[in-house]
Amino acid sequence: MAYSEKVLDHYEHPRNVGTFDIKDRQIGTGMVGAPACGDVMRLQIKVNEQGVIEDARFKTYGCGSAIASSSLLTEWVKGKTLDQALQIKNVEIAEELALPPVKIHCSVLAEDAIKAAIKDYASKQNT
Amino acid sequence: MKLPIYMDYSATTPVDPRVATRMFAYLTADGDFGNPASRSHSFGWRAEEAVELARHQVADLIHADAKEIVWTSGATESNNLAIKGIAHFYRKQGRHIVTCKTEHKAVLDTCRYLERDGFEVTYLDPETDGLIDLDRLKNALKEDTILVSIMHVNNEIGVIQNIEAIGNLTRSRHIFLHVDAAQSIGKVPIDVERMNIDLLSMSAHKIYGPKGIGALYVRRKPRVRLEAQMHGGGHERGMRSGTLPTHQIVGMGESLRIAQLEMNEDNARILALRQKLWNGLNDMEQVFLNGHSTQRVAGNLNVSFAFVEGEALIMALKDLAISSGSACTSASLEPSYVLRALGREDELAHSSLRFTLGRFSTEEEVDYAVNRIRTQVERLRELSPLWDMYKDGIDLKSVQWVAH
Repeated sequence: MAYSEKVLDHYEHPRNVGTFDIKDRQIGTGMVGAPACGDVMRLQIKVNEQGVIEDARFKTYGCGSAIASSSLLTEWVKGKTLDQALQIKNVEIAEELALPPVKIHCSVLAEDAIKAAIKDYASKQNT
Repeated sequence: MKLPIYMDYSATTPVDPRVATRMFAYLTADGDFGNPASRSHSFGWRAEEAVELARHQVADLIHADAKEIVWTSGATESNNLAIKGIAHFYRKQGRHIVTCKTEHKAVLDTCRYLERDGFEVTYLDPETDGLIDLDRLKNALKEDTILVSIMHVNNEIGVIQNIEAIGNLTRSRHIFLHVDAAQSIGKVPIDVERMNIDLLSMSAHKIYGPKGIGALYVRRKPRVRLEAQMHGGGHERGMRSGTLPTHQIVGMGESLRIAQLEMNEDNARILALRQKLWNGLNDMEQVFLNGHSTQRVAGNLNVSFAFVEGEALIMALKDLAISSGSACTSASLEPSYVLRALGREDELAHSSLRFTLGRFSTEEEVDYAVNRIRTQVERLRELSPLWDMYKDGIDLKSVQWVAH
């Protein structure tokens, strides 16, 4: 199967790979997927006082499209408010990366990951 | 060294140049292009002569008689003809068939078809090393079992079944034994007499012959009868109609003649290369061999690299032509059914790669592959949250995953 240029670029040069301290109040962590399904994404966001995502990190176990989807997502969420980040839709990721139909689930997973990360961040603020 | 490097010999092989040269003599007006079924002129006679020589070459390799060889389009057709042919001819004697969960789809799908047609099929579980336990097979046999169908060498994990032991059992119970030998013909010695095989499926393109040609061995003593699946001019003693493709048949005969002569030498060389490949990888952390470690065909190495997804790894190894047990390319998200049947966890099945070496593989290619694989596995593990968790001592089985 041929991959799009953009998938290859993100796969070969993934952006924002890494880990933030999971216990930090400023950090929201979303981990979605399952090893048995062949993909697990961990997305972390660092949110400032104004509620803006100032940095993001990811690690992904999965195919090239899953890695590219999460790499792209870290670029997109930076500088966005939490509300704006919640508006990111999987179809936008799929379109940007020109994912074929069998890979759409990778973009769905990315959307799930940002939602999970924001939820985690929000739950930390309430405690 | 030429890139990309071909390490997918179980998918198909290049035609040996010696085979291609022979084939070319049966195509053009200058060659013997006649229809082997033409009885009225020398064009037909010469083509028929070539076909019969090839038939002997195939028969010799498996210790059969040339009259027991039926030409087909390949192992898929041979499997269909053998299994459906037996089932339909002997359905009054019994409606039960035994096979194994790790068989090729050409066998499994044919069995599924027969289930819809009123047959009952038992799909045996293999042991964790891929081998079939003889007692389990024995216990699966019933009064009305008419056929046992077991492959000789598995296409994914390369394990070699003990066909002789299975053959002793089926013969003593008067049950037909069909063996899918697509991956073993010319690589593992086969003796249909000693092994008590009744039907044997073969293919040319896995053993340096052309694609689109295969054969089915059908025992004559005691006689095995089949209901034809392809009707027409009554070729191949009525078992498989259709004009014989002389050049393909000549190619298959020649490829098996060469295989018979060079099998030992080829296997020794290929086995040394496979061991070199495995030795280059097995000191890495969390790397697992799939399938029995010694009872396997020389060229096959099937390995799981835990915490790395197979398709991503293949993408990283784009100058190696290899295949993966991961099903990320399919919509089903189901990893290799063969590895799952061995009881491998899904995540290890998703993380598997199959390397198959062959006649034209070199030491230099293996060295290059080892180097590339190590680098890329490390790179992808750095990207993998599962690797992090493993390093932190977290048992992945204790985690509540959100399956999707």
